[in-house]
Amino acid sequence: MAKRITATDVAAYYGGFKAIDGVSLTIEPKSVTALIGPSGCGKSTFLRTLNRMHEVIPGARVEGKVLLDSEDLYGVGVDAVAVRRTIGMVFQRPNPFPTMSIYDNVAAGLKLNGIKGKQTLDEAVERSLRGANLWNEVKDRLSKPGAGLSGGQQQRLCIARAIAVEPQVLLMDEPCSALDPISTLAIEDLMTDLKDRFTIVIVTHNMQQAARVSDRTGFFSLEATGEPGRLIEIDDTSTIFSNPSEKRTEDYITGRFG
Amino acid sequence: MTTPVADPTVAPSSALSGGSTGRGDRVFFALTGASGIALVLTIVAIGAFLVVQAVPALRDDTTSFLTTKAFLPEADRPTFGIAVLVSGTVITSLIAMVLAVPVALGVAIFVTQYAPRRLAGLLGGIVDLLAAVPSVVYGLWGIAYLDRHLQSVNSGLNSALGWFPLFGDTGGRYGRSVLLASLVLAIMVLPIIAALSREVLLQVSPSLREAALALGATRWEAIRTAVLPPSWPGITSAIMLGLGRALGETIAVALVLGTSSQITTKILGSGGNTIAANIAQKFSEYAQGGRGALIATGLVLFVITFAVNALARLIVVRSARRRLG
Repeated sequence: MAKRITATDVAAYYGGFKAIDGVSLTIEPKSVTALIGPSGCGKSTFLRTLNRMHEVIPGARVEGKVLLDSEDLYGVGVDAVAVRRTIGMVFQRPNPFPTMSIYDNVAAGLKLNGIKGKQTLDEAVERSLRGANLWNEVKDRLSKPGAGLSGGQQQRLCIARAIAVEPQVLLMDEPCSALDPISTLAIEDLMTDLKDRFTIVIVTHNMQQAARVSDRTGFFSLEATGEPGRLIEIDDTSTIFSNPSEKRTEDYITGRFG
Repeated sequence: MTTPVADPTVAPSSALSGGSTGRGDRVFFALTGASGIALVLTIVAIGAFLVVQAVPALRDDTTSFLTTKAFLPEADRPTFGIAVLVSGTVITSLIAMVLAVPVALGVAIFVTQYAPRRLAGLLGGIVDLLAAVPSVVYGLWGIAYLDRHLQSVNSGLNSALGWFPLFGDTGGRYGRSVLLASLVLAIMVLPIIAALSREVLLQVSPSLREAALALGATRWEAIRTAVLPPSWPGITSAIMLGLGRALGETIAVALVLGTSSQITTKILGSGGNTIAANIAQKFSEYAQGGRGALIATGLVLFVITFAVNALARLIVVRSARRRLG
């Protein structure tokens, strides 16, 4: 199920502006990798290059290689739509489809993949909602609108929606930044459960969160505004937070800058 | 030092009491509330005017108002029925909507979802511009240009597809046809529907589209899954405004529709007339009684527009309820 991602010399542009440059790293399967760094350092941009969501923005493009196991996501003939079916994404703000019920939100990706049959969908919806630790809270109101849930529940609904299509990798772009501490805790617990099945990459502004949930942590930074962001280092989370090899990483995690 | 105790008999300090901020709110509430009430009163007043003016004329009518075809309010025995006018109004508007709505939605979706930014800006500007062109210009273009070129199309359609119920049997008159009036109406309402629908589609949060794309939706699937569903109420309103404009369009129809006193479903030939065009053509030549009859037809148009709008609202509310249980 879970696969390894190997990025080699990835650069991403918004029109003429180079947002990240020379990012090379490996993301291990069945683990949580956190990407941290100051605002504007390109960590979210890099995350979006991993499922070809970056190019959705007009004028945006990517250079370099991203391998999923051995297949280059940017290779000739690779379909971005197929890539996104394999590598799921959870966004910063909960974005359930507002006109759809809880059930339909979770089933949306399956229906897009042409999966039909009430029983198949019922099972997948229950499995995904259980997987997202939301089943017990919503099982009696699956036909109610997803937008009626609390922010934390909506975000778990979005996670259920993303894992319903059984992706190989789950990308999470600051999934807790709009949530209260209790909802945040629920999502962090969930990540620990989910890494048994998925490769997880999470972008976070919250260093404590990175320390709590991740196995490996990558630190991004940029020289100056207008310069592209770069990966400074990536290592085991315990090493990054106790004994980083780069001074800039140490300065950041000890709060001396950023 | 003693702690001052709040004296319940003294009014709270000025910093926290209502004062000027409360007054501003009240003034604004009054202004906006008055605007809302003024709008309702205006509509009620127009409705009342139509009823008051129409009723005496209807009393003089010697035939059945709703089912009679002949509209002769100035005759010795005034007969005026609105069957032809209503059918002409409804048929031309319906055909116009059938022609305009798909294209308008296509334009709106293309401009907001597919077009590169610069092209989108250009197209959006053109659509807005077209929406602002006065209808008489469309009417003039219809009669001076489209009429001539549609004649051969019409006669071609008639001979090739004459068996089709809507075509055929036009008595050899192909020029100022129902189809011409519908086409002019369609071209007229298309930019309105497109411009309003575009605004509606732009309101949909880009994060919804991204959510669908991230699930592995193609562009079209993302539009269908994430962008269109929350837009339907707004798009319905856009279509209704377009339909209202088509139903009430006066001068363009008066210019291009060849009138007759028969109800027709043959859209290649002249046929019927519309309520609005009929009022414009006859009002100045009629005396008191005839004018009353025209006002009665105006009342019918008012009611039709109201009914169509109410129906559309109902459909929107119903579908939202069905979707969300």
